[in-house]
Amino acid sequence: MRIEFRAVAKRFGGAGLPPIDLAIAPARTTVLIGPSGCGKSTCLRLMIGLLRPDSGTVLVDETPLTLENLPALRLRMGYVIQDGGLFPHLSAADNIALLARHLGWPEAQVTARQDELCELTRFPRASLDRFPSQISGGQRQRVSLMRALFLDPSLLLLDEPLGALDPIIRSDLQADLRAIFQRLRKTVILVTHDLGEAGFLGDHLVLLRDGAIVQQGTLADLVRRPEDAFVTRFVNAQRSPLESLEAG
Amino acid sequence: MRRALIPLLFLVAGCTRTGGNAPVRVGSKAFTESVILGELVTFLAQDAGGRAEHRRQLGGTQVLWNALLAGEIDVYPDYTGTIAREILGGAGSDEESLRVALAKRGVVISRPLGFSNTYAVGMKEEAAARLGIRTLSDLARHPELRFGFSSEFMDRSDGWPSLQARYHLPQQEARGLDHDLAYRGLESGTLDATDLYSTDAEIRYYHLRVLVDDLHHFPDYHAVLLARADLATRAGRAHASIRRLEGSIDEAAMIALNARAKLDRLPESVVAADFLAERLGVHADARRESFLRPLLRHTGQHLALVAVSLGAAILFAIPLGILASRRPRLGRLILAGTGIVQTIPSLALLVFMIPLLGIGAPPAIVALFLYSLLPIVRNTCTGLTDIAPSMRESAEALGLPPLARLWRVELPLASRAIVAGVKTSAVINVGTATLGALVGAGGYGQPILTGIRLDDVGLILQGAVPAAVLALAVELLFDRLERLVVPRGLRLPVSA
Repeated sequence: MRIEFRAVAKRFGGAGLPPIDLAIAPARTTVLIGPSGCGKSTCLRLMIGLLRPDSGTVLVDETPLTLENLPALRLRMGYVIQDGGLFPHLSAADNIALLARHLGWPEAQVTARQDELCELTRFPRASLDRFPSQISGGQRQRVSLMRALFLDPSLLLLDEPLGALDPIIRSDLQADLRAIFQRLRKTVILVTHDLGEAGFLGDHLVLLRDGAIVQQGTLADLVRRPEDAFVTRFVNAQRSPLESLEAG
Repeated sequence: MRRALIPLLFLVAGCTRTGGNAPVRVGSKAFTESVILGELVTFLAQDAGGRAEHRRQLGGTQVLWNALLAGEIDVYPDYTGTIAREILGGAGSDEESLRVALAKRGVVISRPLGFSNTYAVGMKEEAAARLGIRTLSDLARHPELRFGFSSEFMDRSDGWPSLQARYHLPQQEARGLDHDLAYRGLESGTLDATDLYSTDAEIRYYHLRVLVDDLHHFPDYHAVLLARADLATRAGRAHASIRRLEGSIDEAAMIALNARAKLDRLPESVVAADFLAERLGVHADARRESFLRPLLRHTGQHLALVAVSLGAAILFAIPLGILASRRPRLGRLILAGTGIVQTIPSLALLVFMIPLLGIGAPPAIVALFLYSLLPIVRNTCTGLTDIAPSMRESAEALGLPPLARLWRVELPLASRAIVAGVKTSAVINVGTATLGALVGAGGYGQPILTGIRLDDVGLILQGAVPAAVLALAVELLFDRLERLVVPRGLRLPVSA
């Protein structure tokens, strides 16, 4: 799925997104990165229609996103947020099958899809009966990912999916996510403020600042050929533990 | 087959024909004298061969009058002074002007029954005899007498201030106090005279002399029967039989009847039946009920009131709460509206309802329904608006259409609050339903009203205890319901 912003602007009170042009290539992983408040999450929410732009157009496969075509398009998009956004009243199994059941899938097909996704996300099948409050944060994100992938969408949007996890779980999930993205070959758009994660998961990085694109390219482009001082600062701000060890 | 049908048709035709066979419905107010009179009327109507039923101790004048106009009852006892002041709004209280004014409203007034239940002043018989006091005028000769009057009598237009002016009474001090305490004061000798109703049972009990109102200060409160004009044509024999009460109960007789009910604690039906046998030679069958039968009947009536009104309130209030959460401005109006309903006194609400719904269960159910709305509407609205924005967005981003989001995500998440609201309504409803007895809806309010009227704590408890038990049972029932309605995921202990 191809996503394009043409002069899309969105204001919140004083701040917001100034008109921005952005093109997301299909079948690869694009990472929106930048400091807090740079507008990266806003971009994601505009893509899935949780926000409507004040001006400009969001194009999905060259067609403008409207209130009319939004419901159908949402079925082709999956969305994962930081704390998972799982419904506490439903078990993991019911959370991921919610939409399919609403669409009237036969139960056998639902079960088959659940099995497939448990295998893909390395989620223990036995834990499917548990409720969100009964599983760990890392497992919750796997469930959230399964829910987003249930209808096999063309576009996967992830808004800081690993932001609230501890480093070891985070690292495991990063590895799993990379494997999943490579296996599925979908259009993936991921928001993070962690450059390491962005470089590890993303094919293409878009660095934002105050709602404007500062630079885009690969991790190597950003690190080796920074286009301005902000890029350098942002890259250097990501401290590695080894660096501290050498300095000490 | 056909042969069997013909008598059946006659039977149906006979039942639907109103001539003579429809039951005479008698009403009475929620005080003992009125209930006794209602029993007398009912027995006399039955004596004429027809059916008659007594809807006893309904709220007050307005409830009875509206029920009469609405055709919910056919006849009830009232007093000329009350009719003139409270019903006709200051018309002349002489017989002829009442007859004319009532006829315009389709109501026939009987000849006076023989006694007047007005305000009066009473003294201990023995003291009055010693001082030679027989009339109110005689009081002027004894400025040393100490008066204690009920608070209402101190304020009424025909009460103490005007009484003092009319008879030029020299006594400067008149204390306002509770009516029952005044009797005790007389008994202990700390008071010499108090106000009373001229047919109070206590007159006999405390050996009081009712002073003659020689200057006719107090208005007449002659007891009469008010009947619908169509009663005479619809049930002519019963109507004629009822009129045998005219002129047949003098003040002494009424005091005796009240005393037998209030002081000797005999059921009104027994008191009335004995009177009819003795004075009019009418045999009436006064049945005494066991403890269990009325309890079962009241339980059935109470449960029906609660179940129907609460069920309707749930069906109506939850959608209203959803609407209120969706449209905040309209929501404020809805909440204000259901809130205002709560401020209407229940008796007033019941009285409003009588012209539309008559008496019995319907007005009580509608009133209970209205009172049940607010907790459910408010909790539904709050439960829905309190859902975390991330939950709403997750459901929306997932691609669920609005109705599915409501049904599959939002209502389950709000279910706890909604059930809590329903529970609150249910418990309040069980308590409020006791007021249904004021409009003849029965229920546990019936023994409570009778108990208050007769100052019989045992009787009050026969209504109050089952009502409390029912409230607890309802609470338990809804705890169970909570387990069915609130999803298990929301009832888990919070873990780290």
